Amino acid sequence: MINFEKFTLGNGLRVIVHQDASTPIVAMNILYDVGARDEDPDKTGFAHLFEHLMFGGSENIPKYDVPLERAGGENNAFTSNDVTNFYLTLPKQNIETAFWLESDRMNQLAFSEKSLEVQRNVVSEEFRQTHLNQPYGDVWLLMRPEVYKVHPYSWPTIGKKIEHITNATMEDVRAFYGKYYNPNNAILVVSGDVEVSEIKPLAEKWFGPIDNHGENIRKIPVEPIQTKARFLEVERDVPIDAIYKCWHMCSRADEKYHATDLLSDLLGNGQSSRLYYQLVKNKKLFSEINAFIMGSRDEGLLVLTGKPAHGKSLEEADVAINLEIEKLRTTLIAKDELQKVKNKVESTLVFSEMNVLDKAMNLAFAELNDDAGDVNLEAGKYQAVKPEDILAVAKNVLKLENCTTLFYKAKKK
Amino acid sequence: MTINDLRKIAPGLKSIERIELPEPEKYLLDNGIPVFLIDAGTQELSRVELVYEAGSFHQSQVLQAFFTNKCLTEGTESFNSKSIAETIDYYGAYLKKSNEKDLATISLYSLNKHLDKLLPVLHEVALKPTFPEGEVETIVKKQQQEFLVNMDKVSFVARHKFSSLIFGKNHPYGQMALEGDYENVSSGLLRKYFEERYLGAKFTIVVSGKVPEKIIEKLNRYFGKHPIKQNQNSQELPAISTIGQKNQFIAKDGTLQSALRLGNSIFNKLHPDYQKFKVVNTIFGGYFGSRLMTNIREDKGYTYGIGSGIASLRHAGIFFIASEVGADVTQKALDEVFIEIEKMRTELIPEEELSLVKNYMAGSFLRSADGPFALAELFKGVFPYGLNMEYYSRFLDTIKNITAEEIRNLAVSYLQPDSMVRLIVGENRI
Repeated sequence: MINFEKFTLGNGLRVIVHQDASTPIVAMNILYDVGARDEDPDKTGFAHLFEHLMFGGSENIPKYDVPLERAGGENNAFTSNDVTNFYLTLPKQNIETAFWLESDRMNQLAFSEKSLEVQRNVVSEEFRQTHLNQPYGDVWLLMRPEVYKVHPYSWPTIGKKIEHITNATMEDVRAFYGKYYNPNNAILVVSGDVEVSEIKPLAEKWFGPIDNHGENIRKIPVEPIQTKARFLEVERDVPIDAIYKCWHMCSRADEKYHATDLLSDLLGNGQSSRLYYQLVKNKKLFSEINAFIMGSRDEGLLVLTGKPAHGKSLEEADVAINLEIEKLRTTLIAKDELQKVKNKVESTLVFSEMNVLDKAMNLAFAELNDDAGDVNLEAGKYQAVKPEDILAVAKNVLKLENCTTLFYKAKKK
Repeated sequence: MTINDLRKIAPGLKSIERIELPEPEKYLLDNGIPVFLIDAGTQELSRVELVYEAGSFHQSQVLQAFFTNKCLTEGTESFNSKSIAETIDYYGAYLKKSNEKDLATISLYSLNKHLDKLLPVLHEVALKPTFPEGEVETIVKKQQQEFLVNMDKVSFVARHKFSSLIFGKNHPYGQMALEGDYENVSSGLLRKYFEERYLGAKFTIVVSGKVPEKIIEKLNRYFGKHPIKQNQNSQELPAISTIGQKNQFIAKDGTLQSALRLGNSIFNKLHPDYQKFKVVNTIFGGYFGSRLMTNIREDKGYTYGIGSGIASLRHAGIFFIASEVGADVTQKALDEVFIEIEKMRTELIPEEELSLVKNYMAGSFLRSADGPFALAELFKGVFPYGLNMEYYSRFLDTIKNITAEEIRNLAVSYLQPDSMVRLIVGENRI
């Protein structure tokens, strides 16, 4: 149970405060409702590049990290297809420094040419390090455009190609900032040994005077229903073949979300999952296999990844996977097996409430999706899933015509 | 003052007071196994860890320690691997194994309400594993495949090779597994290591979290009854022997980035300069605002990240600098690393930077002590050396009192480019 209080400033900034007196550390999380799905298809990777630029100095603070480190703090950020999320932790006695830092860069970024130039390089190196110079690193560069034909999830957060990043201009930067980095497009969470009565005046003081420069009006095309199985094959300089399969699934807010999540756990989360047990242990067809979901705000994906064991072909591996899937689509699962994945989710949730930063993030994401209070309803929603729900989701999602398969073949040497 | 004037001035800061971390409560089981309890946290969960002196340092053949640890859960006298995995998953628990150079660990994470169902499994895994041949073979093949994939990553190749360059490949800390070594792993080899280093060996139990009721009684039932002998640790430590070049280049064609690793062997936690050198390292490459990051990432954009660190082992230490840089700027990045070393050795750190680092390190320490598992990690970082939590109060004092002169002198003594191994993995464009 995460207790919290919520209030909204005049400019639309939503503020959530969670009190946890057990720690000397306080966490601040700011989530901006902008991600790679908001990008222009010809300027991809921009939301993530912009995340880097948010550290390149604001009107009154030339280097974001320096005063934070001086206050004993640490920070990081990440960008996804849906959001850009910034977070920091610091000793609670220095909490006002966090308000000062975050409000200054929300109020007025410095738009330094030098920062743009350097971060274009840094992000290009990140692109190489994570997506190109890495075995299987380009999988999502290949897979996403095959799975999403019109929706902007068709490119990964890092972008379609490095040129989109190196071509970013200061004009793009200013426009993006004006459109998305506004108080009414953000959620602020403070979590730690703090009182609402001390946080509210700080929020009013530092964030209250910030104006909105624009409005985030989304027009994101809806992905049409996939009606035919899709298949892709590539050959790369990797030592071992790999297989990837994606099925379209519901959005994070959909009522079928929890059943779909449990379905992916049953299939391939951990050593007692069906795919691991049958295909790695029993039949020795795979050396590893996993299933998981991308719980995105728009319709997401259920993903399966695996590497066939030495000497086994991708074709026979694929057949074996489909066999396991067919079982889930035709037979009601036993209560015990379902209880197992529910228990796992329950404990994952308890473990995810161990520190103030994780709790702050959980609250911010729940508020974005619908309401911060949902963090305390999640466990119940998972417990309510019945074997019939799993069967229904399996029938509907794990259909052949809803699937895209990638054979990632090792180049013969 | 208007808000716009206020924004120009940083809010005042309060420094972090010296803190004393509580010592864990110590108990002895009937057979003399020590148990340490760290009772903290807000959630009804706990972690029970069994810590063995069974890292790769003690093995007679490469991969022996790794796979012994890895295969503990592959079958026991009463359970097969599937029922172990089923039980752990059914109760929403995590059973993690880790194997390092000195120590090997088995950790059970669980909600307190399920602990009674899980301790019997932990007991079997720790005392009665059978290392079934078929299961061992599957795990070894899987790891061998993973190894092959990893060897395609420049950073992995660099990390993999680095210790052997520092210590020599015949040194227990310098051993390096190759693809063929996986063929020599057998059930018997693991069984032998298990009998030497786990079964009947002295180990330590660390429990952290909201410590469940009657935990000592329960642990005694499962881990306090079997006889324990003293560990055989008399083996002489071989000398470090690094023959040949200090500069090593491993070619990997078609790579867009080169992995850089520089460093040397150094003292461990027991040395009087260790804590002070941690400060030197932080300034140089130990945090986001470090000299290396500021110059090579934030100013030049040659890399996504670069850092340095000091790793303390039971019988030695390693100082290292690590990065992946754009292939065409490899030499430039290297040059800048040496420029930064030279600055550390010749110039006094400005007061403003030093005070920042001191505050940062104190805050960072506070974070590292936040929560029961974090406290347990800190404890595991000192007890193998015969130290206690007082070590950390001393560390805070060291951070507070160190001077710019001391930092420069330490850099002169311990940041020596000529004694560093330089390893580059990537395309040859230098």
